Amino acid sequence: MEFKFDIEENKEQIIAFKEFLDSKKDTPGPLMPSLQRAQDVFGYLPKEMLEVISRKLSIPMAEIYGVATFYSQFSFIPTGKNKISVCLGTACYVKGAQSILEEIETQLGIKSGETTKDEVFSIASARCVGDCSIAPVILVNEDVYAKVKKDDIAEILAKYN
Amino acid sequence: MSTVKLTIDGKTAEVSNQLTVLQAAKTVGIDIPALCYDETLEIFGACRMCIVEIEGSSKLQTACSTLVKEGMVVHTETERVVWNRKQTLQMLLDSHPNDCLTCHKAGECLLQDYAYRYDVNFRKHDGEIRPQLLDTTSPYILRDNSKCILCGKCVMTCAQVSDRQVLSFAERGYETRVIFGADESIEESPCVSCNRCVAVCPVGALVDKRDMDKIRSWEAETKIVGCKACEYGCEFEVRSRNRKPVSVVAKAPTNGRPLCLKGRLTTELKYLDNPDAPYRKLDKSFEKTTWDKALQITELLEKIERLEGSNKDGEGEE
Amino acid sequence: MITKEKLFEIKEKTKPSLVEKLLESDRVEFRGEDLVLKGEYYKKQVRIALKNCDIIDPTNIDEYIAMDGYFALLKALTEHEPGYVVEEITESLLRGRGGAGFPTGRKWNEAYRYQADKKYIICNADEGDPGAFMDRSILEKDPHSVLEGMALGGYAIGSDQGYIYVRAEYPMAVKRLQIAIDQAREYGLLGKNIFGTGFNFDIELRLGSGAFVCGEGTALMESIEGRRGMPRPKIHRTAHKGLWGKPTIINNVETLANVPVIMNRGAKWFRGIGTEESPGTKVFALVGKVENAGLVEVPMGMTLREIVFDIGGGAQDGKEYKAVQTGGPSGGCIPAELIDTPVDFESLGKIWSIMGSGGMVVMDENTCMVDIAKFFLDFSVEESCGKCVPCREGTKRMYEILDRITKGEGVEGDIERLEELSETVSSTSLCGLGQTAPNPVITTIKYYRHEYEAHIKDKRCPAKSCKALIKYEITDKCIGCTRCAKVCPVVAITGKVKEMHHIDQSICIKCGACYDVCPVDAISII
Repeated sequence: MEFKFDIEENKEQIIAFKEFLDSKKDTPGPLMPSLQRAQDVFGYLPKEMLEVISRKLSIPMAEIYGVATFYSQFSFIPTGKNKISVCLGTACYVKGAQSILEEIETQLGIKSGETTKDEVFSIASARCVGDCSIAPVILVNEDVYAKVKKDDIAEILAKYN
Repeated sequence: MSTVKLTIDGKTAEVSNQLTVLQAAKTVGIDIPALCYDETLEIFGACRMCIVEIEGSSKLQTACSTLVKEGMVVHTETERVVWNRKQTLQMLLDSHPNDCLTCHKAGECLLQDYAYRYDVNFRKHDGEIRPQLLDTTSPYILRDNSKCILCGKCVMTCAQVSDRQVLSFAERGYETRVIFGADESIEESPCVSCNRCVAVCPVGALVDKRDMDKIRSWEAETKIVGCKACEYGCEFEVRSRNRKPVSVVAKAPTNGRPLCLKGRLTTELKYLDNPDAPYRKLDKSFEKTTWDKALQITELLEKIERLEGSNKDGEGEE
Repeated sequence: MITKEKLFEIKEKTKPSLVEKLLESDRVEFRGEDLVLKGEYYKKQVRIALKNCDIIDPTNIDEYIAMDGYFALLKALTEHEPGYVVEEITESLLRGRGGAGFPTGRKWNEAYRYQADKKYIICNADEGDPGAFMDRSILEKDPHSVLEGMALGGYAIGSDQGYIYVRAEYPMAVKRLQIAIDQAREYGLLGKNIFGTGFNFDIELRLGSGAFVCGEGTALMESIEGRRGMPRPKIHRTAHKGLWGKPTIINNVETLANVPVIMNRGAKWFRGIGTEESPGTKVFALVGKVENAGLVEVPMGMTLREIVFDIGGGAQDGKEYKAVQTGGPSGGCIPAELIDTPVDFESLGKIWSIMGSGGMVVMDENTCMVDIAKFFLDFSVEESCGKCVPCREGTKRMYEILDRITKGEGVEGDIERLEELSETVSSTSLCGLGQTAPNPVITTIKYYRHEYEAHIKDKRCPAKSCKALIKYEITDKCIGCTRCAKVCPVVAITGKVKEMHHIDQSICIKCGACYDVCPVDAISII
């Protein structure tokens, strides 16, 4: 799925990000901190910003892509405004978490690891979140939903739309 | 720097203490197999084919990345070494397409050589194999990631030219692959078709497209020639069948020069009777062009023509 | 600039009120001179690396100083040559707590003797073993002990720059470390001319971004340098050519936390704890199916039995204890019959496991050993950097075979093939991750070969855990309460109220919901 990076809307962040890059220019090994900052500020790594990194730090695009794809915390697609995490830890799994995940995927029309076109939701599966006694659990941002049933999904999603 | 004496498979080698076991073995005519080692590149240590046994150490050591020591006793083909090399080759073949019969690299493929040397074959299995991601966008290079063994030579050789650095590894683990530019096709990437990567690729993952379908390696009469496009003279190989030159492939840069497309095309034009039409890259796409444009000599030719024309005009007036 | 007098002043000002506050809270008690945590769980523990954890406020440097913090640094800088620090650590026989157990003093000595214009000390805080959180606790609860340990190491080898490489999944640790660094800088305990001795030392935080392999030394340095975290061949020692080609030492969090205490109390004192070859203590994260899960720090050489049963209280819910797994994806499963093995580097190595960084996962009768091997191989496949052939290709093939076996599709020869792959992956991989990745497979085959055979030949999972190989059935104990039918997510259970229910095997997805909900244990797994 293609996402357009809105340069106008991110104007201020971009200026701040460029300043950050300028400040890192002379520190050794600036690439990782720069990618981490971009991921933090923009929620993902927009190609436009990778090009800025490439120019400012004189690092070829291939190398930047190589590094960005190596570490699992970097992402090339934006995360939605609301992050849904479906716990697939052992306890939730046996209580039907997989079918909960599938239900959310169907309702939003995206797969786990993806973001809706309007960037309102993104879905991720999570390792055990430590709430096994109230399984199956889903998290929307910081909100924990316990003992979730398929029928509850529509109602939960509606709260964030 | 000093000299050390060591024993490799019973032979005595006297070499500089800066050499690796692999280099020392070479000086006494012992060829330790290696897929990712190239003397012009940094030591990568990925293929693990060059493992040897060194007396006094229970662990297998990689010859490419172990420095020699005085009195070292090295065995390069013990039962344990050979068994593990076979295993490693089997692992590579298990992920590799079984199409050596139609692969252009056949005959000069290092993986094929070693499979033959150690008697390892393709085998049927129901596990994953590397997906085929064929890139046909360049008229000069054919890229087939399914054949890639991730030795890293292409990435390293490209990185040696500071204004290129077009290749990189991407992803990790079993998903690791080599990418051009920002994970683009060769056409879209900043690749300048110098074919350094093709020259070092030990397998059929990167092949010279203009050499394909023209000649098989074993029927080629080959001659190394120096490039005449500039004074440095990088090396190219002219491949002929029945003394008729049919293709020119990149071999090695010389004197730190990087190899270039212009040099290769110039060499083609010089040695081949019927070279394929040249292509040049215009902003992210290749376009068929004329030789004068490809070699960027259009202006010069026009000027020559003008000069010689005016000379001719003047002749009769004297 | 901080002075000796100032440091004493802070300690004297802070300590009495801190002690009073702690005693009042009733969480701590005195053991000799030392303040320790109260309670049965802590009785057998000896806390060195964790000595301040849950006792001081980690965001208050004064409380660290009150517990003798930064006094080891003061003493080293003002009274001793760097060589003395190296000697003392060498003499203490402190060994790397990250897993391999390499003597710290020897490492320091290499870097100390190597001349260079710049040297680095790196704290490896990229703890990543599933089920392990020892370093996290130290970083979050006693960050200054790590900073002081690094400063001592920096002084010893002649380095003025330290890096802490901490995984991004530990945001609280990052935050606490940054606070600690800022406070130490403010006091002049980091920075230029520390204690007026002319010794300069500063520390910078570097974050990982989700790659387990970066816990490997050379990969960690690649990552700090801004590249893919792919390990590099060690042609030269890291202590000679490491970060940016300069002499570098890399020490684990727990190792560094031990350093100030050793310098304060002396190598001889340290040697008095633990075993002859592995002195001191080790922190373990005791987790899994154990009654009292948590962090424990015990003298080396304590037996597994004491840790798992005396401290941990044995297997949970009265189940039968089956095995303990140490060393995470690099370690092995230790069967119940070896429960009296002392826990130190040598003893664990002898039984094919490793000390590792300190993960200790307890397993009970319901844990399938093939499934556990598969779980760890899945992790290794996921985290392999992909550089060297045996790790990239070999672990993948091993995982595929294990996956087939747990699905009941194992074939004759699978065990032998696993053994062959294990041999090549462990003896030819480039880095420690690959070399140790087969350990969970090697040990489970060694101690539980019959379980593998049951899966392959009889298509049976003895632990009744592999879904493809088990069946849920309702026995005549059923009272017809209908709870199972209600909870079944796929409506596979039918039956009238107060009559025996029945599971339709063709519909059942083996989720186990009915098993969990049955009030009379009428559902059996076969």
